Amino acid sequence: MGAKKNVLGLIFASMHDSDVIDLTKKRTMGSIPFGGRYRLIDFPLSNMVNSGIKEVGVITKSNYGSLLDHLGSGREWDLSRKNGGLHLLPPFSHVDSGMYRGRLEALNGVWDFVEHSNAEYVVMSDCDVVTTIDYKAAVAFHEESEADITVIYGKYPYDSGSEQTATVLGINEEGRINDVMIDPQIAGECNVCLNMFILSKEVLKNIVINSASRSEYSFNKDVLQAKKNEYKMMAYEHKGYFSKIDSVKAYYDANMALLDTENRDGLFIKSAPIYTKIRDNGPVKFGLESEIKNSLIADGCVVEGKVENCVLCRGVKIGKDSVVRDCVIMQDTVIGNKCSINSVITDKNVEIGDEKIMTGSASYPLYIGKNAVI
Amino acid sequence: MYIKKECVAMLLAGGQGSRLYALTQDMAKPAVPYGGKYRIIDFPLSNCTNSGIDTVGVLTQYQPLVLNDYIGNGQPWDLDRLHGGVHVLPPYQTSFGASWYEGTANAIYQNMSFIERYDPEYVVVLGGDHIYKMDYSKMLDFHKKNDADLTIAVQQVSLEEATRLGIMTCDEQMRVVRFTEKPKQPESTLASMGIYIFTWQKLKKYLIENENANTGSKDFGKDIIPAMLQNNERLFAYTFDGYWKDVGTLDSLWEANMDLLSPSVPLDLYDNDWKIYTRNSNMPPQYIGSNAEVENSMIAEGSTINGKVDFSIIFAGAKIEEGATVNYSIVMPGTVIKSGAVVEYAIVGEDCVVHENARIGVSPETVENRDEWGIAVVGHNVDISEGAEVLPKDIISKNI
Repeated sequence: MGAKKNVLGLIFASMHDSDVIDLTKKRTMGSIPFGGRYRLIDFPLSNMVNSGIKEVGVITKSNYGSLLDHLGSGREWDLSRKNGGLHLLPPFSHVDSGMYRGRLEALNGVWDFVEHSNAEYVVMSDCDVVTTIDYKAAVAFHEESEADITVIYGKYPYDSGSEQTATVLGINEEGRINDVMIDPQIAGECNVCLNMFILSKEVLKNIVINSASRSEYSFNKDVLQAKKNEYKMMAYEHKGYFSKIDSVKAYYDANMALLDTENRDGLFIKSAPIYTKIRDNGPVKFGLESEIKNSLIADGCVVEGKVENCVLCRGVKIGKDSVVRDCVIMQDTVIGNKCSINSVITDKNVEIGDEKIMTGSASYPLYIGKNAVI
Repeated sequence: MYIKKECVAMLLAGGQGSRLYALTQDMAKPAVPYGGKYRIIDFPLSNCTNSGIDTVGVLTQYQPLVLNDYIGNGQPWDLDRLHGGVHVLPPYQTSFGASWYEGTANAIYQNMSFIERYDPEYVVVLGGDHIYKMDYSKMLDFHKKNDADLTIAVQQVSLEEATRLGIMTCDEQMRVVRFTEKPKQPESTLASMGIYIFTWQKLKKYLIENENANTGSKDFGKDIIPAMLQNNERLFAYTFDGYWKDVGTLDSLWEANMDLLSPSVPLDLYDNDWKIYTRNSNMPPQYIGSNAEVENSMIAEGSTINGKVDFSIIFAGAKIEEGATVNYSIVMPGTVIKSGAVVEYAIVGEDCVVHENARIGVSPETVENRDEWGIAVVGHNVDISEGAEVLPKDIISKNI
């Protein structure tokens, strides 16, 4: 079983930043607030911890202040350890090279860290997929199938006409990957790569060294696609609940999906809690005339008005006689009295005065940037 | 090696809290849940940390498992320190034998060696049965300014309450002239809050004398304070006018929770400058369903509300099913209230299941004789079966 072998976790906090450019202006993909009390990185990080992975490296790129602040020593994920634990890996580049361009260059930059780990396997994950997954089972699959690379995928309705981006896999009867398409012009249910990979350290090392010498930087293009005959690449289906965030709209939808009890039960499993930074807020307080329907509300919120189909992050205040519908409201946003706010995403710390009316649409939610005062 | 500390806090957490009956059968009073996501002990511990006191001894004795587990290494209160931090101090055996903590003063006496390691100037003695936010450093400044030997925090109470508390008579400089425990005819309404700051060398002297005198009570209120007064030591009263509420009885625990819903009560749990810290349960945010009706309530993380909740405190991980009603009640962590059940004017303990159409408590308006009315209480881990009824004033600790 994989559990006996040492496994190193690597999380890429900044991959896909450009998919959700509004949300990543001042932060990494990994530190985007999500689901009321979480940041996106909480999901891969908690999954690794709950799968018995005791050493995790977090690879960052730029704008990583909020990420460092969120992760701290890693204690909240039980990763403040003498052996292993959490390692923050800010970008490392040589004097003559610039910022890394892709996953392979990023790995090359932090290779010393990987090399020094006594892990036999490496589990890599990005922060664009919200899910609860047991990597222990995936590593066991990787061993049993004697794969060089295991790609974790999910079946997912993909449509090239929308803003979606994805790597789609063709899989033969034995579960071996025989086709890799990047952002293909198709629509329908596809085997979508969830940007989670399992490799032995040795295979990964070869890949990183070889690609560096050829200035290759895209793992999906230069390895998965180009070398599918050279390496034994197996596909491992993740059957549990997941949502993939590849656009602002997808981010909005993924939040809204949590209002469905079935989805919540799929994501929040008692034996595999999702850990996050603690804020020490009071419980949610509902006022005398509050009216709340179908909403997810995190600690520290004070709701005096009407809230319907919303996700409210920690410390949000909603004033009297205000109606907030179909919104994702990030932490510490204050909405005044007598407002009407519909289909809006507010970033952190937004201040909306009294009697304001703002309306987006479910297919194109209105986004209000961090610290905006309206 | 120990680094000298100016001030060490000793938190008396060993009391059984027998007046909380079913709620303290298997946990000490300071571990009793309060305010949606807290336990009572979060308040003195957070006050210590917010007041800059980083060395706290917690004296435990009665049912310590939940409490010990909860305090752990003190990290949630920022009390996991290189020097100092929080220490759980249970009674122990010595070469002369073993003895339980016999009284409040004896409990501190038995832990003098813990205090001495930090060689403090002052010792703060706290209880674990009140809800309040207080800056002990201001009280310490007052203590130093008066060159006091003992400073007692006091609060103005009603004449009726005064007969149940330790009452202080002071001169104009707030120097304590007289101290009476539970006076029948109170001559003042300045009540001791059970929060003391001692100059350590003085306290040490009186603890040893008290131990040698062997009075039997070995209590601060009964022995130490009267002895210090008699010897004309400098005792001062420090007036605290913030929110301070005893939660030592079922009624007062219920009231103190309901206070959180009253706009006129000055206990702010949302003040970022004086946070109340608590051990986190790592649960998803609270979900309020499409058919839920929630008004004037406080609801903690991990709970799911699909029923009707009004004037209530719902703790972490509780579930209120569709068709259930909860009014003027406290529902503690992990408890499930099933469809059709009605919970009114009640306290329901941790991890209970209230089955379909059960009824717990009634509103006072429906009772003809007000003397027959009171809060209904269900202890921890209790199943209330379908259609069962818990009457006002009932205290249930076994499945019915």
